[in-house]
Amino acid sequence: MSLITLDKVNKNYINGADCVIALNGLCLTVEEGTFLGVMGPSGSGKSTLLSVLGGLASPSSGSVSVDGIDVYGLSVEKQADFRREYLGFIFQSHNLIPYLNAMENVMLPLAVTRLSAEEKRRRANDMLARVGLPDRMLHLPQQLSGGEQERVAIARALVNNPPLLLADEPTGSLDTATSLQVMSLLKELHEDGQTILMVTHNRENLQWFDRTVYLRDGRVEKDLCHSRDELPQAI
Amino acid sequence: MRLEHIVLHNLRRRKGRAVFLVAGLLIGVATVVTLLSLTDALGRRAQNELENFGANIIITPRSDELTLNYGGVQLSGVNLVAKEIEQASLVRIDDIPNRRNVATIGPKVLGAVEVEGQRVMMMGVDPAAELKLKRWWTIAGRQVEKGNELLVGYTVAKRFNLNMGGSVQVNGHAYTVVGLLARTGSQDDQLLIAPLPTAQAELSKQGQVSMIEIAALCHDCPVDDMVNQLQQVLPGTDVQAVQQVVKTRMHALDQFRLFAWGVAVTVVIIGALLVFVTMMGAISERTREIGIFRAIGYRRRHVLHMVLMEAAIVSTLAGVLGYLVGVGATLAALPLLEGGKATWHWNPTLAITAVLAAIFVGLLASLQPALRASRLEPSEALRAL
Repeated sequence: MSLITLDKVNKNYINGADCVIALNGLCLTVEEGTFLGVMGPSGSGKSTLLSVLGGLASPSSGSVSVDGIDVYGLSVEKQADFRREYLGFIFQSHNLIPYLNAMENVMLPLAVTRLSAEEKRRRANDMLARVGLPDRMLHLPQQLSGGEQERVAIARALVNNPPLLLADEPTGSLDTATSLQVMSLLKELHEDGQTILMVTHNRENLQWFDRTVYLRDGRVEKDLCHSRDELPQAI
Repeated sequence: MRLEHIVLHNLRRRKGRAVFLVAGLLIGVATVVTLLSLTDALGRRAQNELENFGANIIITPRSDELTLNYGGVQLSGVNLVAKEIEQASLVRIDDIPNRRNVATIGPKVLGAVEVEGQRVMMMGVDPAAELKLKRWWTIAGRQVEKGNELLVGYTVAKRFNLNMGGSVQVNGHAYTVVGLLARTGSQDDQLLIAPLPTAQAELSKQGQVSMIEIAALCHDCPVDDMVNQLQQVLPGTDVQAVQQVVKTRMHALDQFRLFAWGVAVTVVIIGALLVFVTMMGAISERTREIGIFRAIGYRRRHVLHMVLMEAAIVSTLAGVLGYLVGVGATLAALPLLEGGKATWHWNPTLAITAVLAAIFVGLLASLQPALRASRLEPSEALRAL
């Protein structure tokens, strides 16, 4: 069953007198449970694809649906609800709130839900334990290493049990060893059934994906399904 | 965790900005509270002085004739046409809307009596009321209380050589002198003062009074209104205000009050602008943070709620502290004004209004920044995506 369907999606940005075409008639479907890597050169539309998928930037034309929901057919406030219930975001620069500790950062998406305080705390506890940070709950972001901050960001993205996890260069600012830990964690989540769409520049991350799309000029240039042992040579 | 939790953490983290915001509003609230408290204290002081000054409204029977009397000098050969006011009508004074501003009602009956073959003016008074109205009186002995007792004016006492405890025949009736009035320099020096019922009987004016003096406390009411109200409940009388003194005092107070409000409004506007500019700066500073909130599923109204809640917390703190600072400044300034005779009074309305006004101004000044924050597009706010 397709979790994501993008149909002839165009996204143009007006930059002064210029019109920049970020997505150019992009068509893409992603099955539930897929760990999809999105690669491509700078300006190929990778980040725009995430924004459009995440209900953060409406396409100039075309349709985007997630789990059968027409994302841009929703009102602005319903789009916020959609992001909270269906999506988890992992940002390249972690984007943790600096004055909240790890536990509170993880609980952020729950702050606007009707869950009880105990339930919010329990979920955040479970999620931090799952990402391997049960003893760092009360630390502020600046007291955590880059890898730990990334794991807090992953826990925050997952605390609402979203069907889809969107990750934008989650290992972009991490060293090799820490990147490996983060990717292992994402792989574990994938193996537990989590659908993940991850933008990356790093070819070494290909091994973790079971499908990779290569974008160029706002279109899918290559779309390859592969196993860890059969890495695509074409990319 | 709730939104309040995030707001409080943010305020704790950005202490400098929070202190700046509180200080901006606090100065405004403190200024307003100080000026209004001082106005109030000075008004009360003026009110007390007016009480001490004596009557400021005089009610006399209506006469169609022109007054032929100036400064106590009456044209010879002119007889006063004696009309009186029914004493029973005095209860109607209680019906006027500004009854609470009536401090003292002093009914008087006046008439000529004969002492040792000479005509002397007798005045019947309500002793307690009269003492309140004539606070400048100095009495050797005591005020009259009941029966055939007399308080004797300075000139009369000299003329008839009357002494304390002595007896005097008035219209052939024996009276006891219980008090001697020290010289006042007014018509009071020429009076025999008796309890009202006694004088009414002596003058054959039972149930009647010749005039009524009223001490009206017009700290917060126009005397003219009271005059009109009294005129309505006491038809057939002339009600006149001793307006010059009252109006001068009230005018000075009104001018000060106007000045106080002018300064207060200016300071509050400056405080509001300060809040506005600071909150706008804070929103710009927190653009990325707001983008994160929106990206993880916060609605616009959640963001609006957080910004306004922050403003409400800061404003409430500024309102409470501003009120306390204002009261402190008032207490410090009062000894320097009116010779230190004006005193501060706890005014719960001012306290509540100061805090509510601070919250209102804080929220109003933060509304535009809050709306701006809530309308931030998450994709624009989050450059990372």
